[in-house]
Amino acid sequence: MSEIPSELMYTKSHEWVRLESDGTATIGITDHAQELLGDLVFVELPEVGSDLAAGDACCVVESVKAASDVYMPITGEIIEVNDMLVDEPETINDSAFDDGWLFRVQPSSEVEFDDLLDADTYEAEIAD
Amino acid sequence: MPFIPHTEQEIAEMLQAIGVDNINALFEEIPSHLLAGELAGIPEGMTEMEISRLMHARASQHPQSICFLGAGAYEHHIPSAVWEITTRGEYYSAYTPYQAEASQGTLQLTYEYQSMMTAMTGMDVSNASLYDGASALAEAVLMAVRGNRKSKSRKILVPTTVHPAYRKTTHTIVRGQHIELCEVAYDATSGVVSLDAIKQRAEAEGGDVTAVVIQQPNFFGNLESVDEITDWAHEHDILVIAVVNPLTLAILQSPGEWGATGADIACGDGQPLGAPLSAGGPYYGFICCKQELVRQMPGRIVGRTVDLDGKTGFVLTLQAREQHIRRSKATSNICTNQGLVVTASTIHMSILGARGLENAASACHANTVSLVAQLSAVKGVDCAFNSPYFHEAVLKLSKPASEVLAALADRNILGGYDLSMSYPELGSAILVCATEMRTEEEIGAYAKALAEVIA
Repeated sequence: MSEIPSELMYTKSHEWVRLESDGTATIGITDHAQELLGDLVFVELPEVGSDLAAGDACCVVESVKAASDVYMPITGEIIEVNDMLVDEPETINDSAFDDGWLFRVQPSSEVEFDDLLDADTYEAEIAD
Repeated sequence: MPFIPHTEQEIAEMLQAIGVDNINALFEEIPSHLLAGELAGIPEGMTEMEISRLMHARASQHPQSICFLGAGAYEHHIPSAVWEITTRGEYYSAYTPYQAEASQGTLQLTYEYQSMMTAMTGMDVSNASLYDGASALAEAVLMAVRGNRKSKSRKILVPTTVHPAYRKTTHTIVRGQHIELCEVAYDATSGVVSLDAIKQRAEAEGGDVTAVVIQQPNFFGNLESVDEITDWAHEHDILVIAVVNPLTLAILQSPGEWGATGADIACGDGQPLGAPLSAGGPYYGFICCKQELVRQMPGRIVGRTVDLDGKTGFVLTLQAREQHIRRSKATSNICTNQGLVVTASTIHMSILGARGLENAASACHANTVSLVAQLSAVKGVDCAFNSPYFHEAVLKLSKPASEVLAALADRNILGGYDLSMSYPELGSAILVCATEMRTEEEIGAYAKALAEVIA
């Protein structure tokens, strides 16, 4: 069973969102997602400065057996990307919720957080 | 036994069932003046011996024309060994094989092809080939749009010195993706595109440009200022797509050496490397790029690896880009290609070697210099441009090009490519070419014939 930290918010498409104290949000893919993908070999990160809407495909994670889009959980501007993943994409396999974060977003509005799932709901979602 | 399945009896039964006397009654409503009647010209069947005698007689009536025609496909010497080896059963497939366990020979050959292409273009990566030069440019444009994330415009600068057929094909392929090809006019005196013209067009488009295409040598045979265009483009976050004739790379600077940083993508038609003219094909397209763009590369890529026992082997690699994994988001729907022509090309390059390719390229240039000197000495013939050229040049004629070319063809000389359709502003002008196949006698014969025709 994969780990699902209770302090994070989730999407049905397996992204996690952590609201930081400065109002920004850090985003990654869940431990469950990395398990499904297998050994990651490449990550195509979004461009810093781009404005994206919730649901936009913004990032690609590629494993030895599949390539998958990552979708914006919330609307906002990309303010930082995890450059370390360019050379060490396997970090996502080792630490999906921590060192393997993908990018940080300056959210355009807080309303949308209501659309995200809490840990229990996400756990029920992936149990199906 | 006849191949028509109905017997006379069955036909009679069917006619009776629908109430007509004979089959021709079914066609009665066709007015009689429209009927062709008996097809009297079709002879009875012939034996194999008779038909081969007839064909030999017909072939000997067909004149062997001397070819001074290029414009994207060229007559080169192909050693007999090339197609003798290529058509062996072991290689005889158009497909790039994906079953590593059954296809090590072909996969290794494709790997060697990729290595040769990267060495020639000065790029980091090559794929296993594409359909032809024109569609290779379209794929390069699509790659640039995916790869240049600093540009949002989807605008590509394309000088009119890029092959007209390549521009049309590219437009057809990319227009559905809202990619705009912005033409840049060439300089009327030099027959090349100036950096100023490129800058002006970029400014007119608002400054945000995704990529610039440069063909070297350009469609007119002239050498473009690739260094300064590449450097300017990279200063403005514009990707550089090089369209090149691979044979010329034996003596010209490779795209990887253009400017301070090199072109980003190099593509073109592989025909000059071992594919006969053969009435227009099959040829093949090639595409190479820098490492940064490898995941935007369309088509198949063969990689070298080791098996569980540590032995070297060859497999398809980076397949996550491809349609069977990425579905609608694949880099391209190209999965098979011109594998057999690529096989011939790889064998051709390995037989000629670096020195052989260099000799062929140098001979092409030397013969064309001689051709241009002798033809432009003819009264009524002038060089259109004053730029250095490789193995093609544009000549302006005092008589209509189509008439001159037709009269030359009557004298068994394919005199060149009529530019009036694609470049009406040049007036009566032809594109001429002399490869290493042409002799001084043939060049002299062309000059003599042209003098007679144009007088």
